[in-house]
Amino acid sequence: MTKQALAIRADRCDFQTGRPLLSVRDLRTNLLKPASFSLSAGECITIRGPSGGGKTLLLRAIADLDHSEGLVCLDGCDRGRMSGPEWRRLVGYLPAEPGWWADTVGEHFPDWTMAFPIARELALPDNAKGWPIARLSTGERLRLALVRALVVGPKVLLLDEPTAALDPASVTAVESLIRARLTAGLAVLWVTHDMEQARRVAVRGLVVSGGQVQEEVSECPAAISR
Amino acid sequence: MSGSYIALSYWQLAATSVFVLIDAALSVQLGLRVHSSLLFAAIRMVVQLTLVGLVLTTLFSIVSPLWTGLAALVMILFAGHEAAQRQERRLSGWWSYGLGTGCMMVSSVVVTVFALLTALQPNPWYDPRFAIPLLGMILGNCMTGVGLGLNTLTTSLVSRRPGVEAQLMLGASRQAATAPVAREALRSALMPIINSMAATGIVSLPGMMTGQILGGVPPAEAVKYQILVMFLIAGGTGLGAVMAVLGGIYRLTDARHRLRLDRLTVPRAA
Repeated sequence: MTKQALAIRADRCDFQTGRPLLSVRDLRTNLLKPASFSLSAGECITIRGPSGGGKTLLLRAIADLDHSEGLVCLDGCDRGRMSGPEWRRLVGYLPAEPGWWADTVGEHFPDWTMAFPIARELALPDNAKGWPIARLSTGERLRLALVRALVVGPKVLLLDEPTAALDPASVTAVESLIRARLTAGLAVLWVTHDMEQARRVAVRGLVVSGGQVQEEVSECPAAISR
Repeated sequence: MSGSYIALSYWQLAATSVFVLIDAALSVQLGLRVHSSLLFAAIRMVVQLTLVGLVLTTLFSIVSPLWTGLAALVMILFAGHEAAQRQERRLSGWWSYGLGTGCMMVSSVVVTVFALLTALQPNPWYDPRFAIPLLGMILGNCMTGVGLGLNTLTTSLVSRRPGVEAQLMLGASRQAATAPVAREALRSALMPIINSMAATGIVSLPGMMTGQILGGVPPAEAVKYQILVMFLIAGGTGLGAVMAVLGGIYRLTDARHRLRLDRLTVPRAA
């Protein structure tokens, strides 16, 4: 069966691998065509596709950051039945260019002692708490934003090119960290342009192009998801 | 009044306008490209004040609550238009005009009526000789405060969108995520009146007080009026700016605690 034949319209498909944690039905915006899929606890699905195809729009719609229509459920609970902040604490989103609202790293964490162990796993030093945001490199910003998103304790994490600006050692550290979280039950949607990375981190994938979400089956069996 | 005022002739007024012409010439010479708007504003000011002089003469002579109220309404509607015009990025639809106008109307009317009923107590309380100039001074400053507050709010929300959305992504409420921007907008709105109060009497003599002194009022009495007006201006500006900024945040977010910058118009070309 060709890859093209394997790819079917997401609004007609329905992944069911294990227990569905995140369920998306006919999710659509004015730029995104109806998309349906589900994600199990401990599972990672990659999202690939051309720039401007709608990958970020899909993640933002799931995180409820943009107005969208359709049904999105977590553990069977419709997101409309909980407030936006409650939903976003459970379904975390890490954008490709994370934002900052204060001057130093520590001000972005309610409790640095909870963040520090995760920061250490990403090779960030003990004194990172006092670093000025303006001094951070792109890679440091991405890693700290990942720490910030994980500290909240989400059940689902939406990652938008989290390793795009990282050196190989940091990419390995991020993948290891996510692998450990997947083992603990976190579910991840991971946007990447790196085919090799897609093969490493997931067995299943979505392709988003022209606002249309399609299913793609990974050819790699050695994925990190359960 | 303890003294007499010096009546100005039209020739004397025309003579002082030479400084505006000098400013316009400098604009041409330095390539500032503000000479036409400067001259237009000056001509507009002359026409507006001349008409206001005629309107006030009539209003003062009839002392009607209806006509006084109508004059106040027209002033508020114009102030709302001016405040909306000063926005680099406006709220879309009627919100652009309606929010600023509504906030200015509530704050300036509340403060003016309070002053008329408590401090000044003219008879009748709506006597236009007191109500209209007082409302004008409060409204003029309120317009600046509301305009600055809304402009800072909208431009800051756009420029600081990643930071605001980062907080929303982590589960912050819209109130918490926009609080730094709201504080900045309110500081911006209140800064002119704070600076004005701090500098009054040392750096500058306010126009109203100067006008009263030139009109023959003893300086000590003019000062008391000026203090009263400054308090009212500070109160009206603060009240109007807080309502406008909170209303702006309400409009630029939604019930799902999302940032809704799609409810802003695109900035006007420079």
